[in-house]
Amino acid sequence: MSKPKVATTSMCGCFGCHMSILDIDDRILKLVELIEFDKSPINDIKSFTGRCAIGLLEGGVANDENYHVLKAFRENCDILISVGECAKNGGVPALRNPIPLQECLEEAYLRGPTVYNPLQVIPNDVEIPLLLDKVYPCHEVVKIDYHLAGCPPSADTIWETLVALLSGKPVALPYSLLKYD
Amino acid sequence: MSEALSTVVKEACTAADRDPTRLMDIVNQVQRKLGQVSPTAMDLIASELGCQRVEVESVVSFYAFLSAEPQGKIVIRVCNDVIDRLEGADAVLDAFADALGIRVGETTPDGRITLMTTPCVGMSDQAPAALINSHVLVDLDPSKARHIALQLKASGDPHRLVTKLGDGNNAHELVQSMVHNNIHQTGPVVFAEFAMGSALRKALSMTPQEVIRDVKTSRIRGRGGAGFPTGMKWDFARAAPGDRKVVICNADEGEPGTFKDRVILTERASLMFEGMTIAGYAIGADLGILYLRAEYLYLRALLESILDERRAAGLLGKGIGGKAGFDFDIRIQMGGGAYVCGEETALISSCEGKRGDPKNRPPFPAQKGYLGRPSVVNNVETFCCVARVLEQGAGWFAQLGSKGTSGTKVLSVSGDCKRPGVYELEFGITLAALLKLVGAEDAGAVQVGGPSGQLVGPASFERTICYDDLATGGSIMVFNRSRDILGIARGFVEFFCEESCGYCTPCRVGNELLKERLDTIIAGRGEPSDLAYLEELGAIMKLASRCGLGQTSANPVLTTIKHFRPEYEARLRAPQRGEQRRFDFNAAVAGAERIAGHQSVQHGAHEEHGTAE
Repeated sequence: MSKPKVATTSMCGCFGCHMSILDIDDRILKLVELIEFDKSPINDIKSFTGRCAIGLLEGGVANDENYHVLKAFRENCDILISVGECAKNGGVPALRNPIPLQECLEEAYLRGPTVYNPLQVIPNDVEIPLLLDKVYPCHEVVKIDYHLAGCPPSADTIWETLVALLSGKPVALPYSLLKYD
Repeated sequence: MSEALSTVVKEACTAADRDPTRLMDIVNQVQRKLGQVSPTAMDLIASELGCQRVEVESVVSFYAFLSAEPQGKIVIRVCNDVIDRLEGADAVLDAFADALGIRVGETTPDGRITLMTTPCVGMSDQAPAALINSHVLVDLDPSKARHIALQLKASGDPHRLVTKLGDGNNAHELVQSMVHNNIHQTGPVVFAEFAMGSALRKALSMTPQEVIRDVKTSRIRGRGGAGFPTGMKWDFARAAPGDRKVVICNADEGEPGTFKDRVILTERASLMFEGMTIAGYAIGADLGILYLRAEYLYLRALLESILDERRAAGLLGKGIGGKAGFDFDIRIQMGGGAYVCGEETALISSCEGKRGDPKNRPPFPAQKGYLGRPSVVNNVETFCCVARVLEQGAGWFAQLGSKGTSGTKVLSVSGDCKRPGVYELEFGITLAALLKLVGAEDAGAVQVGGPSGQLVGPASFERTICYDDLATGGSIMVFNRSRDILGIARGFVEFFCEESCGYCTPCRVGNELLKERLDTIIAGRGEPSDLAYLEELGAIMKLASRCGLGQTSANPVLTTIKHFRPEYEARLRAPQRGEQRRFDFNAAVAGAERIAGHQSVQHGAHEEHGTAE
């Protein structure tokens, strides 16, 4: 039987949660015995190659490309996990949510104190993803099966979760992996 | 602080004897004279009354007719009730906005005219309607609205807009209103001829206990909608300890589509006051309060004159009817534009000079009501019926109507029918017979009892109007077969969102959740599970809300799901592959598309995906 596949992505996040995935250190060798990575920045596979058992989501949904990626994850993965604060709640990027998009862009590209933009144009190349009106947590856009709290969740938390899911056991994390003070 | 403000506030406080429980009168007067109750005015009122400023502010912020911000000398309030909107209220509102050059909620730059919307003003039989200060304008259309706006700009005098006076007392010199009574059917109880004092004299020839016994024998139940047996309520109040008892008449007719009290107040106020006086005698009260909704301010002068007339005839005041010790008088309490004040405990809060927050029960008003005194709160029509019971006899009254519900009911019929207006009919009439009477052969749905009642379809047209079947406080709204049922329900839910007092969570949040999910369905993103969700949410609101508003506000949704399920099902789609349908991608990206000047490559992906399934 072929190994179950796991896909990962970072949408509007800082890659900190992916760093935390890598923080499982040498356990990554055990992990690749258990699974095969599909679409992921870890192996730089750009598109899904087949059905995945688990999709790990970092970051919230801030632009149309994030939306496209998240939909593809929902379609191709059996279980989706929001990993970390941004995927769960929008996180730091969501600080822009109370500010109208126009004002955000003007501050960033036209009026900000360090801006040099003699043409006074807000970048609008078709290649640049379009921002959404606000940053959405993943579960407001698609159905999410599990949420891992933390900024980032620790490597142990991610490891325990993956191992439990892959071996068909309930995800029952010990308190030490769920407290953050 | 300006001299004028100080004078106005002090005058208003003096007129109310610096009594904090008369705060409603004070803030209403300041609002009328200054066009606002400014923060400075609130400070001054608080210091004049010796109360906390927050008590004043909480009242000012609660009522729609009060404003901390300055409003124009002229305030136009366009009624945005469901019926008015079907009759074209939106176009009227646009015409006003256009002609005045302002948007809804704004004041003209010269500070003279403010444009607002308001829920049902009780003119659904002559919709669309608008209030301009206290003047009522009816049967509007966009061209009339433009004309009115121009006239107001030119003259600044709303009274000049009143050109053709209405019928009956609407043409009375103290009313001078364009409103029409539209009485299409009179009955033996409310609209029969009445000689002032005839019922009270009979009551005074009996003991109070005998009066209550007669009221019980007549089997009359409250006409406001809830249908509590009137005699039992009076018995409770009479038995309650306390020597200063109160009779309150609920003329806060706010249930959309109800306007029968408007007509009764216009034409049979004396009968109503007589009923109140009889109640005063029966329970041993010395004070009566008529709580009049702010929208009916135009009737106040007439009502005051009728009270004076009754005082002059010895039917109010000290030793009424020569009966030593029976002292009773009535004052009029103006409301401030809050639907929830039609709920009796909220109404009592308002009479006490507070926000219109409902109170916890028990204690019931009959035990501890207005200022802690045992109080009877009845509807305008109930008092009329009681007076007639005493005048004509309990047996006569009890044989009118249906087996379970005695007497007549004054119905306010509006919407898609040939003869909208007021009908006094015996209880027990079928909906089908009523629809024929009002000229609504094409009816596809009827809202019985206003938004808090139920919307029924043709399958229910053989049901009868009475407390055991289709109960109503008087509102009958007719919708023809082309009307959008979900749109109607949506209009009612929006009304409740606006009118929830916000005190308890099931009502404050529940109505918003109902609206959100209904919008999802209307937008075509609903799924079959949504109907179960709405039903469950509605059941929670019914169970857990603090007063009648929240307990009934899910009815528009619940009864339309019950009686018009196919209308909902036609809008639902199959469950999506894990997408949250409340997320509207096209709307979320629209702003960026506008700024960038091109469409998102993902634009429309949501729908394509949805239909591909």
